[in-house]
Amino acid sequence: MDKILIKEEYCMGCRLCEVYCLVQHSKTKNIIKAYKGEYPKPVSRIIVEEKGYVSFALQCRHCEDAPCLDACMSGAMYRDEKTNAVLCDEKKCVACWMCVMTCPFGVISRNIDDKKIASKCDLCANEEEPVCVKNCPNEAIVMVREKKK
Amino acid sequence: MAKRPFPIEFIAERNEAKCIACQACVRMCSNDVHSYDAETDKVTSDDSKCVACHFCEVICPTRAITIKRNTSEFRPNANWNAEVIKNVTKQAETGGVFLTGMGCDKPYPIYWDHILLNASQVTNPSIDPLREPMELRTYLGRKEDRVEIDYSKKEPALKTKLNPQLKLEIPILFSAMSYGSISLNTCKSLARAAEGLKIFYNTGEGGLHKDLYRYRANTIVQVASGRFGVHKEYLEAGAAIEIKLGQGAKPGIGGHLPGEKVSEDISQTRMIPVGTDALSPAPHHDIYSIEDLKQLIFALKEVTRYKKPVGVKISAVHNVAPIVSGIVRAGADFVSIDGLRGGTGAAPTAIRDNVGIPIELAIAVADTRLREEGIRNRASLIAAGGIRCSSDIVKAIALGADAVYIGTAALVAMGCNLCQKCYTGKCNWGIATQDPYLTKRLNPDIGARRLENLIKAWSLEIKEMLGGMGINSIESLRGNREQLRGIDLSDTDLNLLGIKPAGSAW
Amino acid sequence: MSKFQEKQMSGCAIVGIMDQSGNRFSGKDIITSIASMHERSNGLGGGFVAYGIYPENKEDWCFHMMFENKTAMSRTEEYLRENYKIIKDSIIPTKEDSSIKYRPLLWKYFLQPKKEKIELHYDLTEEDFVVKTVMHINTKIEDAFVASSGKNMGVFKGVGYPEEIGGFYRLEEYEAYLWTAHGRFPTNTAGWWGGAHPFGLLDWSVVHNGEISSYGINKRFLFNYGYICAFSTDTEVITYLFDLLVRKHELSFEMVADILAAPFWDIIEREPPKKKEILQALRIVYGSALLNGPFSVIAANSKTMVGLNDRIKLRPLIAATCKDKIYIASEESAIREVCSRPDRVWMPKAGEPVVGSLKDVKENG
Repeated sequence: MDKILIKEEYCMGCRLCEVYCLVQHSKTKNIIKAYKGEYPKPVSRIIVEEKGYVSFALQCRHCEDAPCLDACMSGAMYRDEKTNAVLCDEKKCVACWMCVMTCPFGVISRNIDDKKIASKCDLCANEEEPVCVKNCPNEAIVMVREKKK
Repeated sequence: MAKRPFPIEFIAERNEAKCIACQACVRMCSNDVHSYDAETDKVTSDDSKCVACHFCEVICPTRAITIKRNTSEFRPNANWNAEVIKNVTKQAETGGVFLTGMGCDKPYPIYWDHILLNASQVTNPSIDPLREPMELRTYLGRKEDRVEIDYSKKEPALKTKLNPQLKLEIPILFSAMSYGSISLNTCKSLARAAEGLKIFYNTGEGGLHKDLYRYRANTIVQVASGRFGVHKEYLEAGAAIEIKLGQGAKPGIGGHLPGEKVSEDISQTRMIPVGTDALSPAPHHDIYSIEDLKQLIFALKEVTRYKKPVGVKISAVHNVAPIVSGIVRAGADFVSIDGLRGGTGAAPTAIRDNVGIPIELAIAVADTRLREEGIRNRASLIAAGGIRCSSDIVKAIALGADAVYIGTAALVAMGCNLCQKCYTGKCNWGIATQDPYLTKRLNPDIGARRLENLIKAWSLEIKEMLGGMGINSIESLRGNREQLRGIDLSDTDLNLLGIKPAGSAW
Repeated sequence: MSKFQEKQMSGCAIVGIMDQSGNRFSGKDIITSIASMHERSNGLGGGFVAYGIYPENKEDWCFHMMFENKTAMSRTEEYLRENYKIIKDSIIPTKEDSSIKYRPLLWKYFLQPKKEKIELHYDLTEEDFVVKTVMHINTKIEDAFVASSGKNMGVFKGVGYPEEIGGFYRLEEYEAYLWTAHGRFPTNTAGWWGGAHPFGLLDWSVVHNGEISSYGINKRFLFNYGYICAFSTDTEVITYLFDLLVRKHELSFEMVADILAAPFWDIIEREPPKKKEILQALRIVYGSALLNGPFSVIAANSKTMVGLNDRIKLRPLIAATCKDKIYIASEESAIREVCSRPDRVWMPKAGEPVVGSLKDVKENG
């Protein structure tokens, strides 16, 4: 499957990936409205971890053996057949937070402003390329395409 | 008054309607210009610290920031302008010497902008580089006076043994920038781009970091007055050796790397203690005259078994023509001349802005002098110091240079906006710094790609200009001053450059 | 020396005929041949060179001189008497021609250099000494010009159509084994007699159709080796290059072609190793001798005639052979005008030289 590769040696810690991820998952998809006008405020699915000068952006790894898939009580977590990504069906999510607790990377967030749901990276299903990859100014997040047989 | 705040030079103006308080600018500015107030949820700026590097303007996702000059006006005074007043005030307060980075920014005449190129029409067809071969390949090194052939056997064979040459596919090289003045990622970008383009880059006086040895085939190693990092493997690693006697930005004084920039890695590569200022002495203390230079040149040739070209880099000063002649007779295989506008990581402002002469004149007089003495073929000339675009390169070669070095242009390609604060070690673009927070910002994949893009674009433009002149090989442009005309230049300038005024025919 | 400092651009008709067995023939053929290309000229210059025309003085240096006035002539003679023994001198015979309005004084001198004068410059050969003399007269004596300075050969040129010039100099009365001719179409103002082609130095002569874009650097390259290009013509540069590369550096004509019309680097890359090494060395050392820009050239000396095109063949050149005779011309019709059934006709490729040589002479390569 296509995977997102993180290059922590080039991450500047600017957190623009968080900004663009948030905008992508907003209602209006307009950056100013998303930040200033929308309620509930959209949530970024990518999180930048920092310690000293080391930083990198982390999002759902779409594990082959995903603990969140097993932990999900309502069946909201499912694997997309085409892309093999692990996605969350927000209509089915009951906000039990089991996935949040089991995720070994800690990349699932609690979106509690409106209807409570678990939010995570969906590989920007409707875009040509995930917006974090597209907008990282230093190419610290790159897409590794699966070699088609 | 004993203490006055330094004047505010720039204002980072924020369009409040567009600002989303994402705090990217806050996190990114190494000069701590921007800050976020959680109470008001607003980002504000302390403009006194802004150096106009433009990093925040570029990184802002809503383009909310514009860098402006602070228009705090003085009464108009052609002689005592604002800058001069501020300089005297600052020195009165601190008693210090002004340091600055990059090249001379004073409005001396730029001769490139007074030289025009020819095109062929009617009597001579111009050549289309998209359809016909157009050759930019250049060989740097000492050339023989003649080629001798052995005709005795059935197949003629070459008798003359050629001196070692550097082969470049394009007559452009990356100028000497030391590891120390620039970050390792910048060095890697330059090395990779040189490898990809089949040209060369220069280590500068900082020695060669072990990670860069793999690019040795495209490296020119420099031996400067401080002899930083000079040992046997270093000399053997380079494809050529350059003895640095001077630098265009600061003729007469040596290199200067402030202690803030001497990290563990630098210390190991340069072989000096961490945190100490790396001050290269002004002259090489074993070269006090031209015969000493000859001794060093041949010492280096002996060490490398005469297999590599050994050249010399000098700054362009008043006597550049006889100096170049002397250097060529001392055995140098190439001479790099760095003009008034050459860049630097740190130099006293007074020296940078007032010492030296422009490269256009220096190359012209050096080339003329060597030809007058009949020794032009003994060394290649490389022009450096403020080459900004492809037309500058064409003009430099027509004046007599074999190739050009680019320094500032390479850094600008990688992000630099000439804020001239390289000596602080706080370069936001990750270029002129050793701070690990900042060096991450230059991704060598991107840096190398941008450099390759720049050089490829320039080489296409050069080919167009050559084709326009009816020339399909760079050897026919080199030293061909008939293809240049001067515009708005005095007779003396025209004489020194060796070109005719625009409007005159053959 | 020329009053016209402007560079004379050259065009547009050239032809050369050589009998490789050394049998001499009259100038009629060459005049007929160049006359057939009348439309390629505009009457502002024409010229011929002939080899083998003075067999009685074949060991003497023959200077064909042009003088604007008598002062120039006496100053030149004074200089010549200092350095040479004047064996014989006379006017160059001409015929009245109404189309040739103005003409300078035309005189020929047969000379032997004084040994003691050569020995003053201990490292000069006799040829170098003659070159020095020619350079001196051309640059230092005003209104005097040396049209040719070889042995048993002479250059005949002036302002007019080539066939008019040929008739004017009564060339049908001369017999030579090698003739070349040129007709000009300069785009500058009126030509002057010295600026017409062929350009001659020692026994070299060059006729040239083309314009050299690399002239600026070729001229400076030659300066390094002691050649002063005083006449702002491309042809002068080509002549000196031949003298330097063939006489002084002893390279074969094929290698000279590989320098003047150098093959492209990607072609050199594909050659076998020994040849590649030579071609690379030639380009590296003689890069500034590369003639860039369109040209077709016929160069000649006492033993050889060489025709050559630029490296991308931007001007026409055809060659043909008929028994011992070899023809090179800008147009095939010019050849067929004097040889209706040649044995072989071909178009030389870009950078490929056509070489005719005297049979009993062995040359380099």
